[in-house]
Amino acid sequence: MSDRVGIIGIGATQFRSITPDVSYKELMFEAAVKAYDDAGINPRKDVDTFVTCAEDYIEGTSIFDEYVPDQIGAALKPVHTIGGDGLHGIATALLQLKTGRFDIAVVEAHCKPSNMVNPDGIEACGQDPIYNRPLELNTHFIAGLEMNRFCYETGATFDQCAKVVIKNRKNALNNPIAGRATLLTLDDFKHTDSVSCPLTELDIAQPVDGAVVIVLANESKIRDLKKEPVWITGIGWCNGTATLESRDWVYLDYVTKAAEMAYKMAGISDPQKEICFAEIDDRYSYKELQHLMALKLGCGCNPGNYVDNGHFEIKGEFPVNPSGGALGMGYMYEATGLARLYCAVEQLRGNAGKNQIKNAKTALVQGWRGLPTTSTAVAILSA
Amino acid sequence: MGNRVAIVGAGMTKFVRRAQETGKELCYEAAKMALESCDMTLDQIDAVALGTAPDTFDGVHMKGEYLSDGAGAFGKPYMRSYVGGGTGVFSVAQGWYHIASGLIDTCLVICEEKMSSYRPHPQGAFMTIFDHTTERPLKPNLLWIFALEMNRYMNTYGLRKEDIALVAVKNKNNALDNPCAQIAKAVTVKDILNSEVLAWPVQRLDVSPVSDGAVALILTNETIARRVTNKPVWVEGVGWSLETSYWTNRDLCYPRYVEEAARMAYKMAGITDPRHQIHIAEPYDPFDYKELHHLEGLMLAGKGEAPQMTVDGITQRDGELPVCPSGGLLGVGNPIAAAGLMKLAELFWQLRGEAGKRQVARKVKRGVAQAWGDLMQVGTVVVVGV
Repeated sequence: MSDRVGIIGIGATQFRSITPDVSYKELMFEAAVKAYDDAGINPRKDVDTFVTCAEDYIEGTSIFDEYVPDQIGAALKPVHTIGGDGLHGIATALLQLKTGRFDIAVVEAHCKPSNMVNPDGIEACGQDPIYNRPLELNTHFIAGLEMNRFCYETGATFDQCAKVVIKNRKNALNNPIAGRATLLTLDDFKHTDSVSCPLTELDIAQPVDGAVVIVLANESKIRDLKKEPVWITGIGWCNGTATLESRDWVYLDYVTKAAEMAYKMAGISDPQKEICFAEIDDRYSYKELQHLMALKLGCGCNPGNYVDNGHFEIKGEFPVNPSGGALGMGYMYEATGLARLYCAVEQLRGNAGKNQIKNAKTALVQGWRGLPTTSTAVAILSA
Repeated sequence: MGNRVAIVGAGMTKFVRRAQETGKELCYEAAKMALESCDMTLDQIDAVALGTAPDTFDGVHMKGEYLSDGAGAFGKPYMRSYVGGGTGVFSVAQGWYHIASGLIDTCLVICEEKMSSYRPHPQGAFMTIFDHTTERPLKPNLLWIFALEMNRYMNTYGLRKEDIALVAVKNKNNALDNPCAQIAKAVTVKDILNSEVLAWPVQRLDVSPVSDGAVALILTNETIARRVTNKPVWVEGVGWSLETSYWTNRDLCYPRYVEEAARMAYKMAGITDPRHQIHIAEPYDPFDYKELHHLEGLMLAGKGEAPQMTVDGITQRDGELPVCPSGGLLGVGNPIAAAGLMKLAELFWQLRGEAGKRQVARKVKRGVAQAWGDLMQVGTVVVVGV
């Protein structure tokens, strides 16, 4: 195994509900320029490998890989797509750097859901075409079932799930790139439409347009460039089953396995003590709690109780999604994990402004690919 | 500089026009064969790397996730890589970096394609690969743009259609000895020149068919490879390169991206004189002219000189540089990603001397496989040796 890998540059656009003024290529270009500027590199000369994370159906273009290189400075260079969350792309870049054959890697992910006419229809195409699709399930309906099961088994209440949303969207108020920040109260949840009981509209992270680019390098290159990196000390990724019928709807084994892989690599034995804060997937309100539990950061078997005493607030004992998460910043499909990573790096660099956590040294970042998948990736970052 | 990576097992389904099996079942079949070929079990696999081309073929969004359990990825680190038609060969590069990183010891590399789900014909799926603003309104079709490229290639070097057709003759005949082949046939140049014109100069027998199929390889680090087999095939070099999306702005007569990918792989493999250091090649041949184009990109032939190599019989199975002894895409079939990985499976069998009736005449110690894809835009290259 070769030397350590660190993050030396990050770039992101504003996350906005609509972006009629720019194309997805312009979003990618903006994030890339910012990231290269941050890293102090020239993509045409310095970058050895580029990874993009995208799915054709979301892009509305088959073989979307075709449209990646030009706007990120990657034409006629090693570029490939990973059909996965942005964090899967980070895992890929890390593997490539650790071979010792590459010095600098770039990971890109973006989305422009404001162009999507029928996002529910697209997401439903992710279901098994033989067993599930004939049932005409809406993806949020499956989430409603899961939320019900999760709350029933763990004792977490719907109000505690709502408090996750209130926390995240409030955190996002101080995040200058967030697209879905607002102040909510529990009362708002009582007056909002139910999507699939107990899941309400407010429990679902709403989509935004945007792009994120991350620059990674190996240790010797970082020394050459004289950069202060954020180290990736652990990485893990894992899949559970693709079938809805045979999976556990409460305990996410695949998330635990990915986390254990990352903890092992980072040499972490007691994650709750050794990690300062977490940026994790919160596509749905209950998912933040379910993921915390699987990541062994949930403070026992009912993380809901810890919501009530403010444990996961920015000023709490273990801040979760201080950036605002996907609920507060907006859901970005394959770019969601990279948005979490971007904000975790800002925290570890001490650039999180009013949301800054004191002495934040180690962070956990997790991404999940949304229903109906059981696909996750986990990274441990260290300042 | 990274750990050595070996291929220790291979499995392949039949390539057919319309498989009765689902995509998951095709994956399962190929993976099981690959594991059994080296007496390994799924428990011994640390990670799974999947390659499969557009989701539109199957009509399944996030097709990689759908295929995951069929591909043996339950409870394992699993990722799907994607570079269009170049995916099959790239997936071995993906498996390589998993293991060369030192984080993973064994990796199942699997490629699957089920094009028959798309009706009436998967060409329709390719309508959406073009730029939505500048190209889609013109309603282009893959055969047309490849006809442009073939025309350009022929015009630049003054090539004859008869010479290019020799590639299809060779590959379709080679495929007669491949038990997995879909369209093996003893054909002559005359048959090809008399076949239906699709988009001049492309005729029906110049083109590979629509196929379903899956291929799997087992990759391991050196320690495990030596335990599992006494004939490991080493991954000596990998390379990939993606050209600009604006294909209308570049000269189509030469695949520069293939050359870039080849240079990357050759550098890693320590190859300075490819024509002499490489003994066998499996370049991507979805069209007969593409094998020639790619031989030039791989620097195994000078620019515009690959057709003459074919005329001279150098690329025959008993020639000096056997090319596509498997039968290639033109003879075995073209389930996109699986077709690319089939090329590495073939090299695996050839280098181990296990290719049966397809075994090439000369002794071969090093081979190169290459695939091509996106908008005539990406080259992926893997060099393997014993």
